[in-house]
Amino acid sequence: MLGEAEPQWLSEEVKTGTTIIAIQFNGGVVLGSDSRVSAGESVVNRVMNKLSPLHDKIYCALSGSAADAQTIAEMVNYQLDVHSMEIGEDPQVRSAATLVKNISYKYKEELSAHLIVAGWDRKEGGQVFATLKGLLTRQPFAVGGSGSSYVYGFVDAEYRKGMGKKECQQFVINTLSLAMNRDGSSGGVAYLVTIDEHGTEENVILGNDLPTFFDQ
Amino acid sequence: MEKHYSDSQVKGVSTGTTILAAIFDGGVVIGSDSRASMGGEYVSSKTINKVIQVHDRIFCCMAGSLADAQAVTKTAKFQLSFHSVQMEGPPLVIAAASVLKDLCYKNKEELEAGFITAGWDKKKGPQVYVVSLGGMLISQPVTLGGSGSTFIYGYVDAKYKPNMTREECLQFATNALALAMGRDNVSGGVAHLVVITEKGVEHVVVPGDKLPRFHDE
Repeated sequence: MLGEAEPQWLSEEVKTGTTIIAIQFNGGVVLGSDSRVSAGESVVNRVMNKLSPLHDKIYCALSGSAADAQTIAEMVNYQLDVHSMEIGEDPQVRSAATLVKNISYKYKEELSAHLIVAGWDRKEGGQVFATLKGLLTRQPFAVGGSGSSYVYGFVDAEYRKGMGKKECQQFVINTLSLAMNRDGSSGGVAYLVTIDEHGTEENVILGNDLPTFFDQ
Repeated sequence: MEKHYSDSQVKGVSTGTTILAAIFDGGVVIGSDSRASMGGEYVSSKTINKVIQVHDRIFCCMAGSLADAQAVTKTAKFQLSFHSVQMEGPPLVIAAASVLKDLCYKNKEELEAGFITAGWDKKKGPQVYVVSLGGMLISQPVTLGGSGSTFIYGYVDAKYKPNMTREECLQFATNALALAMGRDNVSGGVAHLVVITEKGVEHVVVPGDKLPRFHDE
């Protein structure tokens, strides 16, 4: 008789194998993520919100090891609070991204998390920064996580400069839905955050409201 | 992306590649890129044709170890021509796919090759079959293969529609190959496409500079 193996969620590292995306539009940014957290082959949380606030108008999207990503986000949240008190006004998105990059680069051997930082500030408007493995680069849009491989072709084909807010939100929802269909480590619901001059708006799109495609 | 490395640890020359096939209204399009590489560092051929004809209206595309794929398709071609003499008529697409599947399944320990078979026959019209590494055979309306295929799953899911016209399907396949070649460093070169219908077979080659370009190019 085969013995009962220890359940994976006791021994495997918890990862947010995931799909995250951030895109800049004229006047702000839209961030999106799925909601699955896995430990080996078990799903340990199916409704986790991977879009974490760093400041009022700056958010980051988490991927990779759940613990590492959350810790980086919390540390940067604290450092940004101090920084914004020192300068007496809201911090720039580039500052937040630089703080994330500093931690990712300094501890690059120990950490395995990738954060995409996006937000709006008065100086440069909407901005998206990628901070993979300690580099810092500004991009019109960025995708990350295990599910992102499946949608590189889709975002390359569909992205256009100068999209409006609603178009960007739809683009993010479509991209997340496609990735969640193909990637075993992505799934659940889609979380969306839209940041512009007027404020920050958080949305959830439940599984059955996500767009479907020809084979579903 | 460790998965990518393990694909290229195949012995010798491997077709790190992008292959696809899709059914449209009245026929099927099968296509591939044209790069053969050794371990992802050296391109050993820029213009290899990975779309092989195994019978008049049946083509297949290979992925994985180039040597294994060539040996299997040569054997399959021979077996199929013998089979069509015995049957006194052109073989069914599923017959071609089954021949490949038998070879892959019976030799699964030694071989490392997967195939997409596409064609047209009188019984079922246009069909696409995929034979995976271990020898599984399934039929699908559209299918992808090779290392570059991971990047275009989202695009294909979003853009493929059943019963497209020939032109729409050709444009869809060209776009998909161009997108994959743009993101996968072991896929590239020209796009080889073959359109198979009841009336016949047409080869379309799209050279690198005529491939569609996207927002960042």
